[in-house]
Amino acid sequence: MSSNNALADVFEKRENEIASKWLELQFADGRKASPTAHTEAGRRSRDFLSALKNATRKDGTTDINGKEWAPVKDFLADLSAGQAKNGASPSETASFVFSLKQPVFAALREEHGKDATAFGDAIWDATQLLDKLGLLTTEIHQKSRESVISRQQQEMLELSTPVVRLWENILALPLIGTLDSARTQIVMQNLLEAIVETRSDFAIIDITGVPVVDTLVAQHLLKTVAAARLMGADCLISGIRPQIAQTIIHLGVDLTNVTTKATLADAFAVALKRSGHSVVRDAAKAGAPR
Amino acid sequence: MERIPILKMGEYLLVTIQVDMHDRLALTLQEDLTSQIVKSRARGVLIDISALEMVDSFIGRMLGAIASMARLLDAQTVVVGMQPSVAITLVELGMSLQGIRTALDVEKGMVALMSSIREAGEDGDASPEF
Repeated sequence: MSSNNALADVFEKRENEIASKWLELQFADGRKASPTAHTEAGRRSRDFLSALKNATRKDGTTDINGKEWAPVKDFLADLSAGQAKNGASPSETASFVFSLKQPVFAALREEHGKDATAFGDAIWDATQLLDKLGLLTTEIHQKSRESVISRQQQEMLELSTPVVRLWENILALPLIGTLDSARTQIVMQNLLEAIVETRSDFAIIDITGVPVVDTLVAQHLLKTVAAARLMGADCLISGIRPQIAQTIIHLGVDLTNVTTKATLADAFAVALKRSGHSVVRDAAKAGAPR
Repeated sequence: MERIPILKMGEYLLVTIQVDMHDRLALTLQEDLTSQIVKSRARGVLIDISALEMVDSFIGRMLGAIASMARLLDAQTVVVGMQPSVAITLVELGMSLQGIRTALDVEKGMVALMSSIREAGEDGDASPEF
């Protein structure tokens, strides 16, 4: 395509002019920019332009899948990944590329202003090219955001299921956050392993920190209770808030086979009693000044 | 033919499953155990499945059936030493073995067995009193 070479010619001839106009445009939307940000943006713009220039020169098409485009794409990948991490929106990221259109079009008009056909072709090529690159930045932006989300999910899974030993033979499992299938699986596994390890007879599942209990969550809880029972441990559920009690009954979930208590303290007292322990208050000591 | 040994200890029967249960073996165990309960007039059966790594719904159902049969013959059953993975599998299969007593290991199982025999004995002794 000859017109694309025209594009390369323009990039080569008017690189500085395009770069300075582009830089102005990037800061034209009233954003306050510190001098460092300005220098940074200037460096970034010049790097990108020179990469773009090389690519258009070497590869005569607007197909950015060619190997000549790899440096340009790498540059954009780095840029959008960085923007995504800093919390920039996708449109902010994409506008880096799209704001290049105006200076490029202006430069093309000055080159080909007399020849309408050549000008049209060149504009079309430039639009196609910049649109593709702009979409690429959005795509990469999205991908890096997704990777952040999945990493956070993983971290949540890792830290959210501690099994606490309350007393000899009594374990507690304070659940915080929403229960889904994947988490229940981990919770169940951790609890059962802890039961074997500590040879516990009682496990108290505290759901004070579980915001919503729907049928699925209730199902998961019942499964955990059943599995603990199969291992020979008694399972109590505590921390049932009034709203949750209402939901459970309205949903028709049957918890009659499970001992439930309103607070962890109540459940702990039941577990102590069933295992033959008793807690006695020493009146003489309680009266003494501390 | 391969059999699972049934050990008699006083009025208890001990069954330790050391090999992978297949269906034929489970059926043989069921037959051996019921006849052994009658023969030795056992009051309690302790089944140790700590070496069992894998279960399917058939084995799960067999365990339940064996416990029910033992109850018919006036013997209490305790299943001990279930592995966490086995427990999860059974629950996922929808079998929570409601009728069976469970315990963590043989020691706790014996305690549970004794107390459940005592409870059953109290119920049973009430009628022949008068």
